This record gives sequence, structure tokens and C-alpha cells, in this order.
Amino acid sequence: MIERTVIIVNKAGLHTRPAAAIVKTASRYKADFTIKKGVFEINGKSIIGVMTLAAEQGSSLLLVFSGPDEEQAAEAMVELFEQGFGEN
Amino acid sequence: MMDATLTQAEIIFKGIAAAPGIAVGPVYLYSKVVPEVNARAIAPDDVPAEIERLRNANARAEKELRKIHAFAEQKLGSTSATIFEAQIMILGDTILMGTIERRIADELQNAEFIVHDEISKYKHLMLAATDEYMHERAHDVDDVMNRIIRNIQDQKLISRLEGTSVIVSETLTPADTVIFSRNQVLGYATDLGGVTSHAALLSRSLKIPAVVGLRNATKQVKTGDSVAIDGYAGVLILNPSATTRENLEVKAARFRAFEEKLADIAGLPAETIDRKRVELSSNLEFPEEIEFAKVQGTEGVGLFRTESQLIGRPDYPSEDEQALVYTQIANAAYPHPVIFRTFDVGGDKLAPDTHHEENPFLGWRGIRVLLDRPEIFMNQLRAIIRASARRNVRVMFPMVATLEEVQKAKAYVRQAKEELRARGVPFDARIKIGVMIEIPGAAIMAEQLAAEVHFLSIGTNDLVQYMMAVDRGNDSVAALYQPFNPAVVRILHHIIEAAHRRHVWVGVCGEMGGDPLATVLLVGLGIDELSVVPPVLPEIKKIIRSIKYKDARRVADKVLGMTRERDIREYLSSIIKNKVPEIPLEV
Repeated sequence: MIERTVIIVNKAGLHTRPAAAIVKTASRYKADFTIKKGVFEINGKSIIGVMTLAAEQGSSLLLVFSGPDEEQAAEAMVELFEQGFGEN
Repeated sequence: MMDATLTQAEIIFKGIAAAPGIAVGPVYLYSKVVPEVNARAIAPDDVPAEIERLRNANARAEKELRKIHAFAEQKLGSTSATIFEAQIMILGDTILMGTIERRIADELQNAEFIVHDEISKYKHLMLAATDEYMHERAHDVDDVMNRIIRNIQDQKLISRLEGTSVIVSETLTPADTVIFSRNQVLGYATDLGGVTSHAALLSRSLKIPAVVGLRNATKQVKTGDSVAIDGYAGVLILNPSATTRENLEVKAARFRAFEEKLADIAGLPAETIDRKRVELSSNLEFPEEIEFAKVQGTEGVGLFRTESQLIGRPDYPSEDEQALVYTQIANAAYPHPVIFRTFDVGGDKLAPDTHHEENPFLGWRGIRVLLDRPEIFMNQLRAIIRASARRNVRVMFPMVATLEEVQKAKAYVRQAKEELRARGVPFDARIKIGVMIEIPGAAIMAEQLAAEVHFLSIGTNDLVQYMMAVDRGNDSVAALYQPFNPAVVRILHHIIEAAHRRHVWVGVCGEMGGDPLATVLLVGLGIDELSVVPPVLPEIKKIIRSIKYKDARRVADKVLGMTRERDIREYLSSIIKNKVPEIPLEV
């Protein structure tokens, strides 16, 4: 299991487009992917789940990966977050 | 007992004319149908069949949404169509659907019950958020949930809409409008919404009469009631009498005949008999509208309301996103000019960072917001200037009150140009700059403002509202909203003279510009440009082509000597009846 903390850097926060990008990236890997924000915990491979995360710019999320390709999954996901989902 | 049908009195609801035309027929009162969901136990043997029902329903729901998405993209543009894309993605959410299928098998309950239970969890999470944007998302989730459930229950979308009807609804979503338009819809009437709402825009392009902003019409009519919609005057009439129906028929026939006669005027210039040219352009809100405006014979875009870029999104669009849209419009209008008005947020218009003000119309809006938020302003200015490479782009600032605001805004334009030059981006170095005159203080200072810019454009809606101190939406004082008040006529005269003394041109982009009653007066006062909503372009052009500038000047002089609004209206109306009798006036 791998855990990574990320900060939302894009201005608009986690709206529909980034949510879709997260789910698409996650689904490329076998590893289970969970996003935690405070007491909330959602499956990162579910668009409706990611859409419920009200994460504005500057908020921090804990990403949890678990599975055979967890390292590659974590690397790809952290990069996606760091680049602000290609939005800024 | 009396026969109820004989005693039902005619009731008139006043709204806003959103799409022209007359419709008479039975009401279909549309409210979002929420499918009834009951828990039902199923046998273990029935699980595969139940899951099959769910999967089939999902497939049908997706098909529906793909159709709506395609239609919306074509009619409303890709930004508005994103709503449907997100809904399609939820249908394809394998985690969500996997959970639902597993629960059907484990809990042995019917598919719609589990769908409702599972998706409602997410909806409630969204509704619990403080963020307004999340509430909108909850709406979308609710919509997609009901779509799946309805399909599981194997119901057609509008099973109850039989025959031709007038749709009366609190509001219409783009999806509703799109779906209804494929049925036999005579007209739309809604409680909410304005001329620029998506439903209004869509009904105009579909040529379906519509009246919006009727406040509480849905509370007073029921399905099957007889109504008439007057899409010219903006009224809904419940139980129209035989006389009313007859009058509406006559009116509709007159408008149709007039529209046919006007069809060939589109290619002719807007000039008076004695060859005084007036530039006749369009007010647009969405890029898609320009095609219709061109068919109607527009000579350019006198006002593009860039606020439409903010609809349905939580943030301000990036420079690149904006540049794409602005360039598209500039290209579509070329060689005619397009005037982009920078974001006019605040007042009654939406602002992504909503904040409450006691008196929004006297508050933080227009150029005041932009000067306080240079980042947003600079992004937009660069985007507009990037669209100017073919030299048919102009930029205009809303809600200017002082000279200093114009000077500051111009400094930002200079800075934006320097940045683009450094980037090596091509643009029109002499892009023309203008200001809206809509605040009385700015109107009085018109000559000093004109000295700073290339053009002035009079926003009559706000100017009249501020001059008369009247909120036109407030029924108790709405009658004082008088575009033909002598004070308004005098200030218009002052602005036009002031602009001409400084050799800058001056236009009108408020509703008054498109009011046939005002055309002769405005031309006579010396207006250089009229920017109007596309449907009235031929009508206004017809008036301009039927008069002499010499006579119009005399009319204006006479009006300037009048002291009562009623006298002015009556006089102008007699001029139109005399000079252009075929114009159907709305007095």
C-alpha cells in the first residue's frame, strides 16, 4: 500500500473535468485507488464518487493505492494533480 | 348550477417576450416527473433478470443522453453541453454500477429501489456541501438517477404529452427544451427565466413562440386549460375569449405578412431615403446566434455580452478558452466589426464569486469589478485583443462612472498589448476602444469621456432605470420606467451632440434601439449606430429606409420641445402609422 498527499493547485478546484481525468488515469491501473479528505473516503475509480469531493484550490487530499502496480499508479496520479490537471 | 366554461374569465399574465409568434391551445403543465420508487423483494432466481433490466435501462438512458448531448452541442455550444457529458460518464461508472448490481444480488430487492438508494447517498453528500456549485451537481445526479429509474420502469419520457400543447413550466432545462422541441409543441411559457435564458434562445432558433418570466403562472393554470401565448407582447392569456383569439389571429397574420415582405430587405443597406447611413448591428450573447443575425442582415455585432462565457461553470474561463470563442465570433462576422463588452458581472448578472450586496444595482459591477480584479480583466483583454488580428474587433467597458476608470482601463489595454507583442502574437495595434453610457454621471460627462475613446454606446435599459430611479422589475413602480420620458430624450440628445463634438461615433445598444417607436427619434437625434436583437433587424431597417433624415431631424426637434412621455409616445406612434403603416406597433 502506498499513500501520497496532494494539494489541489488548479484554480477551479476539483470540478467535472478534473474528476473525469482522475477516474480515467486510475482506471488504467489494476491497483485499488482511494481518495481521503478529512472523514470522507471515496473510490477514486468512480466518477460519481470523485464528483462528491468538494475540493477547492489549496485543499489537500490523501491518495491511497493498493495493488500490483501501485507504484506506477501513484506516480501517474501525483503527476496529474501536480500539473493541475493540465488546466492552469 | 352554472356551466363553469361559460363563466371562466380571461386572465392575463404579463411576462417577457422571449420568442416571437402566437400560440393558442391546451396547456400541458410540465413539472419534473419524479418516478415513484417502491421496494419490492425478488427471488434469488430472478437476480440475473433484474440485473439485465438495469443494464438495458442504462443503455437506453445513455442513448437518450447522447442524442440530447449532440443536439445541445449543435444548438447551445459545447460549454453548455458539458452538463450532459458528465451525466453520460455517471452511467458508465463501473464502480457505481458494480455496487448496485452486487446489492441487488445480496439484498434481493428490485433494481430501481437499489438505484435510488445508492445514488441518493451521493446526492445528499453534494447537497450537504456549502458550495453552490455542488448543489448544481446534485441536480445533475438527481436527473441521471431519475432517467435510469424511468427507463427501468420502462416509461417513455413524455408519455402524457399527447397532441399539440402549450408547455407551461416553472423553468425549462436545456434537456427539457431539446426533448419537447421534437414533439408537437405550440409554445413555451415559464415562470422563471429571461430573454437570454437557454430555453428562450433555443425556442427562438426553433421558431417556437415563448414567453418567460411569468412569475407564478404554473400555480394558476392546469393541464388541459385553454391558453394563448403572445410571443410579441410577452403575455400568457388564460381562457382567451373568442374576441381575443380573433385579435391574436389577426395580429399573427399581420406579423407573418410583414415578415415575408421583409425577407428581401436583408441585403439592403440601412439608410434613409436621403442617403443618411446608420450602422445596424446585433446584440448577441452566444456565438451560435451570429448565423441567424447574418440571415437577418446584420452589419456586425454591436454588443457581444461576454458574460455568457461564465454560464454553468464555477470559474472564469482561461485566456486561451476565451480567445478561441472571441476569434470564432470575429471570423464569423468578418469583414463586419464585433464589439466585445468586457464582463459585466454584478447587478442582476451572475458572478462566479457570488457575494451578497444590499443594493447590487448600485454596487460592485461592470468595470468596478474588473478594475478590482486585474487578473480576470487582463486575461479577458488579452483574449479579446488576440481575436483582433483581422482588424474587425473592438472592445467596450460596461458601467463606467468616471473618467479615471476609463483611463485605468486603457492602461490595462496598453499593458495587454505589450505582453502580447512580447509573446509575438499578432493583433490590431489600433484596436478601437469604447465605453457604455448607462450611468447618468457618465452621460453628463459624455464629451470628456468621448475625448478618451473611439466610440460611445448608450445602454438605455440601465440609463433609464438610473435616471428615473426605477427598478423595472418592481411592479409598483414599473410604470415609471419610461424610455420616452422627456428627461431621457434630453440626455440622449446631450450624449449624441457631445460625442459628435469630439468626432467619435455613438450608438444605442439598449432595448430602445430595437423599439420601432424609437427609430425615427434616434435617427433624427443623429445616432450613428443601432445595435438590436436579431429578430427585429429587418423591421428597424424598414423604418430607416422609409424616412428622410431631414424629416427625422424635425421630428426629433419637436420631441425635444415636449414635456410629457405620453405626448411623445403618441406623436412618434402617429409618425410611424403615417410613414410606415405596415409596421405592427406594440403600443
